[in-house]
Amino acid sequence: MFANCVDPSQLQGLSWLLCYLTSGKHLMFYSSFLVVIALMVIVAPIALLFGFGGALSARSHFAPLRWFGKAYTSMVRGVPDIIFFLFVPVAMDQGLEYLRSKMLCPPTDAPIWSNNEFNVCAAAKLPLSSSPQIYHEIYGFMLAVVAFAIVFGAFAANVLYGAMNAVPRAQLETAEAYGMTHAQVRRRILIPQMWTFALPGLSNLWLILIKATPLLFLLGVEDIVYWARELGATKSAIYDYPHPDWRLWYFLGLLVFYLGMTRISELILSRLTTRLAQGQATMAGEAMRKAGA
Amino acid sequence: MKKLILTGAVLAFTAGVAMAQDVVRMGTEGAYPPYNFVNDKGEVDGFERELGDKLCAMETLTCTWVKNDWDSIIPNLLSGNYDTIMAGMSITDERKETIDFTQNYFPPAASGYAALKADADLKGIIAAQVGTIQADYVAKSGATLLEFATLDDTVAAVKNGEADAVFADKDALTPFVAEGAGLVVAGDEVPLGDGIGIGLRKSDTALKDKLNAGITKLKENGELNAMITKWFGAEAKTF
Repeated sequence: MFANCVDPSQLQGLSWLLCYLTSGKHLMFYSSFLVVIALMVIVAPIALLFGFGGALSARSHFAPLRWFGKAYTSMVRGVPDIIFFLFVPVAMDQGLEYLRSKMLCPPTDAPIWSNNEFNVCAAAKLPLSSSPQIYHEIYGFMLAVVAFAIVFGAFAANVLYGAMNAVPRAQLETAEAYGMTHAQVRRRILIPQMWTFALPGLSNLWLILIKATPLLFLLGVEDIVYWARELGATKSAIYDYPHPDWRLWYFLGLLVFYLGMTRISELILSRLTTRLAQGQATMAGEAMRKAGA
Repeated sequence: MKKLILTGAVLAFTAGVAMAQDVVRMGTEGAYPPYNFVNDKGEVDGFERELGDKLCAMETLTCTWVKNDWDSIIPNLLSGNYDTIMAGMSITDERKETIDFTQNYFPPAASGYAALKADADLKGIIAAQVGTIQADYVAKSGATLLEFATLDDTVAAVKNGEADAVFADKDALTPFVAEGAGLVVAGDEVPLGDGIGIGLRKSDTALKDKLNAGITKLKENGELNAMITKWFGAEAKTF
């Protein structure tokens, strides 16, 4: 990065360290922090949406929808996360490529699954072999987002389902007495009031999501864990910057990062809790009303 | 929402269909110097990178390099994530049951032990990388096998006393024993495998023929030997 980094073997002490920490590989390491943060920020709203869908369908009066909602939450919650993370990306990738091969490939007799191999024609590959590596990485990242969203959506669905049931029945009955329809009650009374009940569960989920992001490494996305391992490993003289096993320091850095992330989240969540309790028929809301009066 | 993402993904990647052409995606591990490693610029580098690029240029293929963990490197080849494996993978009968190999581009290499002291107990606890011919050998040798995901982890295990010795490809161990990095060669060398070849899907015969032709040419004109000497030193075995 700096001009004097051209020949690292001539460098000593601090300038060596400075050059080392700004090598191309380290810049990739730093940008992988953004990948992890992007994953959290993208997955959270999608998972919440999945959760909303799951919770509303689990409460639905229409039986098949209700079965779907219940099956989704109990199935995903009952299977180890890691199996979903391994299953969803592979299944989705092969599923999509299979569909594309039906549309885009010239008809052949060659089976797609044969002899352990999964073969589709070049035009059906997703992303295409010819597309730049960045598309392959984005594609892998998106598969990871979907896998995370399905898993965390199921947990969120359960939290929201519980929160919706926790809204005092009297509130809903009053709304019905005013002549509101089911949809109106849901939109005007149920959903605004359920957040305060949902927040403890959702904040738990958010913290678990933060801690689950190293699973990206498992999905082949080059995240901070991958780079910490790679950079920390013993580097022989074949590398520009030889050094002994420094994994301890890199993992220590990750530790600080994750602790920082959870600390910031806790601060934000506690402010949010206070805000949402305002004017609610809960103990916290009641305490606030009394303090204000 | 999921549907939206999927549709988005499909659209985004359909856009390039017209320009679909033969790009060979070369899979490697990127953690096995000097065969393959990720250099300080963050690119795949090493003997196999140089050889692979040379072969691609000779056979007028467009190639890109893809990193993949060692333990899933064969499954991901089979599911089509990339088209070749150049990752110091020895040709063995067991692997030949699932994938195909080109002729070897590296002669049958000796494997060796490295330990903290030369008289280490080679029937004790031996570290090896998972899924390698060395791990197979250790398991059959009567020693206790301790498997790790990467070569570096196996070396670290010896250094912190978890294992008595590490058993790996001799050339890959050289940097760890040469530099006063704390390890020394223990015991004798063991010849294993039929040399290293490029792994391919069995159905990919056209690519196999091209690569085989390229390797033959490089063997005949001596360039392959020069490359081996460049990366592995003058004592390395050549063709």
